[in-house]
Amino acid sequence: MNEPPLIALMGNPNVGKSTLFNALTGMRQHTGNWPGKTVASARGVCHLGKESFFLLDVPGAYSLWAQSAEEEAALEAVCFGGADAVMVVCDASCLERNLNLAYQVLEITDRVSLCVNFMDEAQKKGLRVDLDALSRRLGVPVTGICAREGQGLQAALAAAKETLLRPPKPRRVPYPQPVAQAAEKLAEKLQASVAGVVDPYFAALRLMEGNPCFLKELSRRVPGAESFPLEADRALAGLSLSREGLSALLVESVYRAAEEACRASVSAPDASPRALRADRALTGLKGLPVLLALLGLIFFLTLKGANAPSGWLAEGFTALERQLSALLSRLGTPPFLLSLLTEGVFRTLGQVVSVMLPPMAVFFPLFTLLEDSGYLPRVAFTLDGLFERCRACGKQALTMCMGFGCNAVGVTGCRIIDSPRERLIAILTNSLVPCNGRFPLLIAMMTLFFSGGGLGGTAVSVAMLLGLSLLAVGATLLVSRLLSLWVLKGVPSSSTLELPPYRMPQVGRVVLRSMLDRTLFVLGRAAAVAAPAGLVIFLLSHIRLDERTLLSLLTGFLDPLGRLMGLDGVILAGFLLGFPANEIVLPLMVMAYTAGESLTETGSLLTLGALLSAQGWTWLTALNVMLFSLFHFPCSTTLLTIYRETGSKKWTLLAFLLPTAIGMLLCMITNFAAKIL
Amino acid sequence: MRNLTDLALGEGGTVRCLRASGGMGRRLMDLGFTAGARVECLLSAPGGGMRAYRVRRAVIALRKKDARTVILEDSSHE
Repeated sequence: MNEPPLIALMGNPNVGKSTLFNALTGMRQHTGNWPGKTVASARGVCHLGKESFFLLDVPGAYSLWAQSAEEEAALEAVCFGGADAVMVVCDASCLERNLNLAYQVLEITDRVSLCVNFMDEAQKKGLRVDLDALSRRLGVPVTGICAREGQGLQAALAAAKETLLRPPKPRRVPYPQPVAQAAEKLAEKLQASVAGVVDPYFAALRLMEGNPCFLKELSRRVPGAESFPLEADRALAGLSLSREGLSALLVESVYRAAEEACRASVSAPDASPRALRADRALTGLKGLPVLLALLGLIFFLTLKGANAPSGWLAEGFTALERQLSALLSRLGTPPFLLSLLTEGVFRTLGQVVSVMLPPMAVFFPLFTLLEDSGYLPRVAFTLDGLFERCRACGKQALTMCMGFGCNAVGVTGCRIIDSPRERLIAILTNSLVPCNGRFPLLIAMMTLFFSGGGLGGTAVSVAMLLGLSLLAVGATLLVSRLLSLWVLKGVPSSSTLELPPYRMPQVGRVVLRSMLDRTLFVLGRAAAVAAPAGLVIFLLSHIRLDERTLLSLLTGFLDPLGRLMGLDGVILAGFLLGFPANEIVLPLMVMAYTAGESLTETGSLLTLGALLSAQGWTWLTALNVMLFSLFHFPCSTTLLTIYRETGSKKWTLLAFLLPTAIGMLLCMITNFAAKIL
Repeated sequence: MRNLTDLALGEGGTVRCLRASGGMGRRLMDLGFTAGARVECLLSAPGGGMRAYRVRRAVIALRKKDARTVILEDSSHE
């Protein structure tokens, strides 16, 4: 049976490739309104009538010159990746720049179709795109779509399929006569060796420009490619142009063609002054208070929104546990197994779900809304100056923001940073900001030991959360600066950042989707991680060695260190056993404290507070728990991601030690300071 | 010679050439900063940080040291 043909989706960053990909394949690639969000190609299957196709979601690229990891991936996918056809996705309101990439793709293959996204948005701005005129200009089929609304997708896919059956005859960029001739002559020489791998004319141009990435990829596939640069230099010598000079000439020619194509097909009014006014307010000096206020609002909604469901869930789980226990004993389960299942496994699960899940289920959708609106790049823009002063990349502000959602995602996102040095800094410092899984613990500590209930209490909690967030950002900046002073020396590199237009997020869908996804994710993790961890705690607290349980041996061993940090052995044990997932740390502590006792009620914040106070917790303990939660080793998922991204045990170890050392130091300092004062 | 950083907020200009070497020069060109392109300074971040420019209907933010490499036509020529 024949394998379905592979269609590659390409385009500039942030033109909606992933949205289109998701709509066509029914998959759920992460989408968001900021450039560089897709960092690895995803593959899926889609259908048109009875036929199926493989679809490849290629990371966004401005060009095939391949300067960043994403662009290298793009070059590889379209040039050597075996794509049978390419769909170039464009943003209707920024067509000229998008055509730069489209024209480059047209030099590689004839089987190209163009798909102009955000037609609805363009229309609202008063922009009109004449798709037929554009198609005549380019010589390939052009369709218009609104990927978010799912409009025009089938037609776009049909156009791509058509290019597979009958390859169109694209009109290529007219380069100046001498350049075109020299390239053709070189192409003839290359023909024999590169045929079947890459278009010889395209190869000739890239070799004459001296594109290092292209040469590297070509050498891997064509024997004898080492001699090509020499040939290319000879061809170049006849033109009396430098490589850079030629490169500039080529890009200028492409843009001239793009300008002409747009002049023939786009009628546009001037840019909207309203969006600009909004941007002036959000990014200038006024931008900082706005940023703080927004973050505060998100925290407030999280605190308020999570309160009630948390109580209901706790009650529900207590009732369920009783029923489960009754059912199991009726089935004749041995007592040890019974309490292992109910008090060990089920109760930990209940703790995670009732205390940790609600804040996460509220925070995450709100965060996603912010991400979809296009606000995050503005944050990066506003904070870039600070990061530059710390010799880091402004895009680190973006990956840091992602860290608030999930550190593992933040670490992967660091691929948008081109300089390897700055990328490492961003990776190493990412877990200094609290992820979604740590917020519930912070919130619980504040509510129980600092602010209490009521509206005033919530305001105090919000202020404290903001303070902790600022502390986390401050630590990120400071550690970045120190790293570039000692370990990762260097000067800040160049960076460019595109500010995409604001887009109204599809509120209903986003909230529902991310809330559901998040809930399912946490539930899945609770089952996969919390339940076994509960089992371990239960066994540790019931297996005895010399009259003492293993758990008390462990906590006894950790206790001196814990006391030094204003914590205790159980708390440290909770952090250690919570290594697989941050959201189980607090429930594990509770389990460790109550192991062996038969509690009838668990889960609600009030009982939790009483329980912790009975264990000798004071406001100082709570403060140190918050500090250590903020600064301690990343969870196992994040560490694995760091290892995958850096490929180095040394950096992974540093990523483990760095935040841990900071946390231990901070805890000891506050502990001693509080004792002295 | 005037460069991008000389543009006041809201002021426009035309690109004459690029002075950046290597990868950054190519990146700026791919973003649309080629000879003859119209640019306008839209935003500036607090504390002398980045500035954002409109070029070919997109908004691109650059650090000062990079913006300095984009040379503009003298305004008298326009």
